[in-house]
Amino acid sequence: MTTPARPTPVFEYAPAPESRSIVDIAPSYGLFVDGEFVDGTGEPFKTVNPATEEVLTEVSTASEADVDRAVRAARRAFEKVWGPMRPADRGKYLFRIARLLQERAREFAVLESLDNGKPIRESRDVDVPLAAAHFFYHAGWADKLEHAGLGPAPKPLGVAGQVIPWNFPLLMLAWKVAPALATGNTVVLKPAETTPLTALLFAEVCRQADLPAGVVNIVTGAGDTGRAVVEHGDVDKVAFTGSTDVGRSIARAVAGTRKKLTLELGGKAANIVFDDAPVDQAVEGIVQGIFFNQGHVCCAGSRLLVQESIHDEVIASLQRRIGTLRVGDPLDKNTDIGAINSAEQLARIRELSDIGEAEGAQRWQPACELPARGYWFPPTVFTDVSPAHRIARDEVFGPVLSVLTFRTPDEAVAKANNSTYGLSAGIWSEKGSRILKIADQLRAGVVWANTFNKFDPTSPFGGYKQSGYGREGGRHGLAAYLKGADQ
Amino acid sequence: MIGNDRLAVRKTYKLYVNGAFPRSESGRTYEVTDAKGHFLANISRASRKDARDAVVAARAAFPKWSGATAYNRGQVLYRVAEVMEGRHVQFCEEVAAGEGLSSSKARAAVDAAIDRWVWYAGWTDKLASVLGGANPVAGPYFDFSLPEPTGVVAVLAPQQSSLLGLVSVLAPVLATGCTAVVVTSEERPIPAVTLGEVLATSDVPGGVVNLLTGAAEELGPWLAEHADVDAIDLTGAPTGRAMEFEREAAGTIKRVVRPPATEPDWTADPGLSRMTPFLETKTVWHPMGV
Repeated sequence: MTTPARPTPVFEYAPAPESRSIVDIAPSYGLFVDGEFVDGTGEPFKTVNPATEEVLTEVSTASEADVDRAVRAARRAFEKVWGPMRPADRGKYLFRIARLLQERAREFAVLESLDNGKPIRESRDVDVPLAAAHFFYHAGWADKLEHAGLGPAPKPLGVAGQVIPWNFPLLMLAWKVAPALATGNTVVLKPAETTPLTALLFAEVCRQADLPAGVVNIVTGAGDTGRAVVEHGDVDKVAFTGSTDVGRSIARAVAGTRKKLTLELGGKAANIVFDDAPVDQAVEGIVQGIFFNQGHVCCAGSRLLVQESIHDEVIASLQRRIGTLRVGDPLDKNTDIGAINSAEQLARIRELSDIGEAEGAQRWQPACELPARGYWFPPTVFTDVSPAHRIARDEVFGPVLSVLTFRTPDEAVAKANNSTYGLSAGIWSEKGSRILKIADQLRAGVVWANTFNKFDPTSPFGGYKQSGYGREGGRHGLAAYLKGADQ
Repeated sequence: MIGNDRLAVRKTYKLYVNGAFPRSESGRTYEVTDAKGHFLANISRASRKDARDAVVAARAAFPKWSGATAYNRGQVLYRVAEVMEGRHVQFCEEVAAGEGLSSSKARAAVDAAIDRWVWYAGWTDKLASVLGGANPVAGPYFDFSLPEPTGVVAVLAPQQSSLLGLVSVLAPVLATGCTAVVVTSEERPIPAVTLGEVLATSDVPGGVVNLLTGAAEELGPWLAEHADVDAIDLTGAPTGRAMEFEREAAGTIKRVVRPPATEPDWTADPGLSRMTPFLETKTVWHPMGV
């Protein structure tokens, strides 16, 4: 491992912490069922600030019986209130939620960064505004579904059971809840056990919006709670975002049932840089692609495929740029890379990085001081990576970039597609016809050309191959929540 | 057709794999009878190895078929309907015998099958307009989504409707640009064998469609777990086995079309419902003005 001296910064940065006084974290939290906060009957768990290991609060675990209560509340709300409601009124509730999220944006951003470890710059500028945008976008669909090209009179499925990951806690909630409600379904949602707090704050927003009881139910807990949601006999729809392994077991669990299933799973995106790309722009895109959200992104550009002729130039420039990234306090507005979400995830990143080195790849990390407490991993680049290496195949889900090279466009496509995943990909080139050709050949659900990691509620997102099925966002995303909807 | 004093030349019924007509590598055959129980033919009973060969052929055929222009694919599929029309009488006899239909009902089924094929041929160059489009993202980007074929599709064809049902599950797969490995109706496979001859003498490249006669019960599990199959249509899965096949398919996150409780009325308008399960949506972003 080489550790070059940190380049002298042009400016010294003074600490610029966002105040956490805007959030008021209670000593304990219950579940949100049928419009009320209630204690779960499972063993409560603690959620910690991954940047400090400080325990933030204690959260109820929903047992199977609690999940059953939540599903029954959702069923009642579907049959008695939400289903029969005028579609325009459903839309108005969603507009209210969008506005409330905007009004309380700062609070959500700080709480998200505290619970998740992501930089406040990202929670403030990406997670929370996009979550509000998802509700606003879907609100407008509620009374226009017959125009969506999904059949003349599309009907909701009923109760949606949704399980979401810890990397974008509020945003993933919005991706799941907004389309489900807009199409007339009710929801039982399980947030990840390491990041339950913004979902519980969202429950408060539902109350402020006077959303009828039972339309949204939040059940916290770990894998057992998620299983209870997925396997509940009265759930009509299962939506999951998370690992491919868990996705497989969910697909098995719903086999032979009536439950409609959408899965948004892992990825190992190729980010392809051609020799005619503007290197500075590409380097920004590479950094954005792999270090955004500490690399805890299923669509992260974790495999850099760089054309051989510009390899050295790109790597030198990339290393220079990475040397300026600021790793540290997620609440500091200057922070680029925050904390790894959990000790477990940190262990996995360390393990795969060690395997990368053991298999012969070269590890590079900038000189950077990591805080003494909390879960941290420096931005890391592996060169001399072969397509057979674990770090070129497995999803690391951390700030770890694997660099491979190619000579011809055909080789780039072959290497990019040589993955069981197919969620996203990137292309950097100044040549339009090449971009369109490569974009056509890549087996991936989202292709970013001369940009990376962009998201929008109008834009369908989802994977090919073992990255899952179904789309979230846009007209396509509605199909997942409608009966017999021709996409 | 055949003079009374002439001894008929009987046909050997074989599989259709990679554009050729092999016997099952297993050497197995089984007897197929008409609806009244009279012997019709010895049919090849495809094995696991035949299914694997078919998947290899379908995978190899995928780049060219999916990469063809939609207009070209539409013309190739339309040509299939033209050739089917030429075999109209033969199809009617086979459907009548196998399904025990009157000649007028058999004719109606064959007519509907050919018309269904034409209907799907016309879809190839419309899917992208109907299912894709530009996404008005909040930023300086051009962002569009297009449907793309998912890859190799395994189809367990309906057990009852031997031609109309078969066409209704196969033609949509081809219209999307996917390639297919089909397990035909076990007891009524003869129209499928004839369809293979139609495909071989039209312009569909070898390997795009592979027809395996035999038992869905036997071949279903192998196709459901096969890592190079992207999607599986369980319409013709034997009663009580679909759940197991779906579980197998979960291992590689296959797209799964679950079977209806009973075989549907194949004359009903299918809409897009048999194409969208085999289509992926690709979204492409590019900055504007930078």
